[in-house]
Amino acid sequence: MNMLRYGYITGPLLGALWMVVLATTIAVAMSFATGDPFRPVIWLSLLWGGIVGFGAVQHQVERPLAAALVAAGTAVLGLAGLAPIAIGETTSVIGSVFAWGVLGAIAAWTTLSILEECLPGALTRHEFEEAVIRFMTGFGYIFFTAIVLIPFYVMVMTSLKNQAELIKNPLDFSIDLSKGTDLFRSYFELFLDFNFGSYLWTSFYISILTVLITLLFAIPGAYAVARLRFQGRAAFSRSILLIYMVPMIVLALPIYIAFSMLGLRNSVIGIVMIYPVTTIPVALYMLQGYFRGLPAEVEEAGLMDGLSRLAVIWKITLPLSLPAMASVSLYVFMIAWNEFLLAFMLLDDPSKFTLTRGIASLNSSEIPRQHLMAGSVIATVPIMALFLGLERFMTKGLTAGSVKG
Amino acid sequence: MTTSTPPVGTGALSRREARLAWGLLLPTVLAVSLVVILPLLAIFWISFKPVGLADLRPPTPIVRADIRGDAEAVGDEVTVRYRLRNSSQDQVISGVTLTQDWPEGLEPIGIDERCNISGARIFCDLGDLEGGFRDQIRIPARAGQAFLDAGGRLAGDPVMTGTVDNILTNADFTLENFARVFDGNEFWGVLGVTLFYTVFGTVGALVFGLFASLLLNKSFRGQGILRGLYLFPYVAPVIAVAFAWVLLFDPFSGSANALLVQMGVTDSSIDFFGQKPLALIMVTVFEIWRYFPLSFLFILARMQSIDSDMYEAADMDGASPFQVFWALSLPQLLGILSVLFLLRFIWTFNKFDDIFLLTGGNAGTRTLTVNVYEQAFAVSNIGAGAAVAVIIFCCLLIFSFFFFRYGNQEDGL
Repeated sequence: MNMLRYGYITGPLLGALWMVVLATTIAVAMSFATGDPFRPVIWLSLLWGGIVGFGAVQHQVERPLAAALVAAGTAVLGLAGLAPIAIGETTSVIGSVFAWGVLGAIAAWTTLSILEECLPGALTRHEFEEAVIRFMTGFGYIFFTAIVLIPFYVMVMTSLKNQAELIKNPLDFSIDLSKGTDLFRSYFELFLDFNFGSYLWTSFYISILTVLITLLFAIPGAYAVARLRFQGRAAFSRSILLIYMVPMIVLALPIYIAFSMLGLRNSVIGIVMIYPVTTIPVALYMLQGYFRGLPAEVEEAGLMDGLSRLAVIWKITLPLSLPAMASVSLYVFMIAWNEFLLAFMLLDDPSKFTLTRGIASLNSSEIPRQHLMAGSVIATVPIMALFLGLERFMTKGLTAGSVKG
Repeated sequence: MTTSTPPVGTGALSRREARLAWGLLLPTVLAVSLVVILPLLAIFWISFKPVGLADLRPPTPIVRADIRGDAEAVGDEVTVRYRLRNSSQDQVISGVTLTQDWPEGLEPIGIDERCNISGARIFCDLGDLEGGFRDQIRIPARAGQAFLDAGGRLAGDPVMTGTVDNILTNADFTLENFARVFDGNEFWGVLGVTLFYTVFGTVGALVFGLFASLLLNKSFRGQGILRGLYLFPYVAPVIAVAFAWVLLFDPFSGSANALLVQMGVTDSSIDFFGQKPLALIMVTVFEIWRYFPLSFLFILARMQSIDSDMYEAADMDGASPFQVFWALSLPQLLGILSVLFLLRFIWTFNKFDDIFLLTGGNAGTRTLTVNVYEQAFAVSNIGAGAAVAVIIFCCLLIFSFFFFRYGNQEDGL
């Protein structure tokens, strides 16, 4: 380990590894953006990255100048066929020069940042580990952002293409803006021919009803568990958690049988009866945690002034816990909106499909895949918009209740 | 003067409080027992029953009634015909009867021995119908004026009654379902797949969550955006992201394969979700991808509540960053990590949707939960599906014992 802690070794080593990371990232990004072949060359990346790292530990040049120099150098190397990113015959020259320039500039700038405190010669353990951590942090940001974004990017872009384009080059996600509204053809077809408007509406009101019914049941229950003393309180709060852990598939089978016999299959009422029960335990659990955190004195003052318990809940506890209500509602809405298993098992009639069930029905070889992806986008966008708009509540709701998967 | 003693037992006030508490809990208790407890009991019951998917549609006696022959004038002869059958091929329907309004002005000439016409009704006692039973009842009759005036039609539909021996409620029990489930190597294969998926999925999600929260445990511009972004996989509907993955890794037109071929990693495209060991690894990777945000959220929340004094002290003492992580951060996070591990373990074990959507349980990815569906719906053997569900439930009981035994109550649970 001590061998590594010399500026002349640490610098080139981290520089080389970092260049591999960057070259791969930019090659993948360019491939996805243009559809043209870009390929990282590992040994060239190691070589040039090592040299950049070696130069970086000298700290002789300011970052902007270094970035410009290395960018120009990489572009020249690229034209000579020796850059860390190789191109295919069909790749456009502008695109390639852009890729090389960006790679060079980012590599020089970030390598200098990573090796900020590293000077030639022996490094302290502190300096060395800081550099390694900066390297890993950079890698982490790129890695996580890429793995999260790529599936969503593919989802959105696929929905804007047509079958022929998809088969010709599965990597080409560039968008032909000249097509205008024709880009959204899959969406129009889904709404016009596949009844997605009605699915969207069904999903929406089922989710809203689920939220309302859940709150109606969970608020009094949570209050009782949080505030009132009664025998069996501890046992009750444990059994909530236990119920919360029963897998849905185990319950889905008897529910399917019962619904088949009662004629509740293929009915929205049946779904609205089942969904809240799956969310009541988690809502109750989240709310009782919040109620416990509220000062009891305020409620006691209300009781002293002659309010009944129910009036106390209505007039004091609920207004105080509006933020928690928002979190719980959002979380329950998300569960109901995303629910797939029960909708899949209990609904067969296309006029009563929820959105998730509707997407499942698109999964056949006769329906082009851009429709499937357009359906997925339609299901994802509302919940994402809600999530981004109310992130504060959502995050809180998730941390409080998301022991559930 | 009387000495005051503290009250013994429950007083009126506390009794009232308890009554109120149970009153408030009653709706929840009722709903939960109806939809959770009852189905759980039912699943134990069904797991000992020889019941298939077809048995859910109970056999019924089916009848079609029509009039043969044209009645144009008074005195024309027609035949009232009832065509009967048992909808089931193998089950007996007992005590079957047929009732219908007898049209006015139609005078029966002969009568089937099973039937009699009295007043304006025909009533037939058909006894027991064997499986696959088919028969006709013909009643010749002479048309009168009133019948012709009414258009020469039968009035209304015939009503059939009969009782069926219901497979779900009779006293027929069998251990065959369990024998079937444990049969051969299949069960141990399924269990092995489940454990692989659960253990690696849970540990992977925890490790990646820890990594991600280390990245975001500092304030910088865009931290909020990244935090929101990293939660995307968990918030999006599972069906949408699962299909996006399936298309991304499609062997023929998937972008991932095109990318790998272009970069020279492989020569021919890889069937990610269709090959034996690879498919299981891929569904596990999907599980990690989808649930690392959750662990990330919990771990980040815990990290931000760690006192920074300790870190300053460690810095003063010259501890290196890695030493600080191993010696300070990790021990502080151990509580939340173990709770998360237990919870995620249980939940990954229970996971159904993800694998079902990605591979449908093919290519060596059939876990216990997918097996419930396979047995009940693909093989149409509800009993065997229930037996698998019972096994899952027993595993769950064992896990939750560990959870309540070792789960730390202070860590928010």
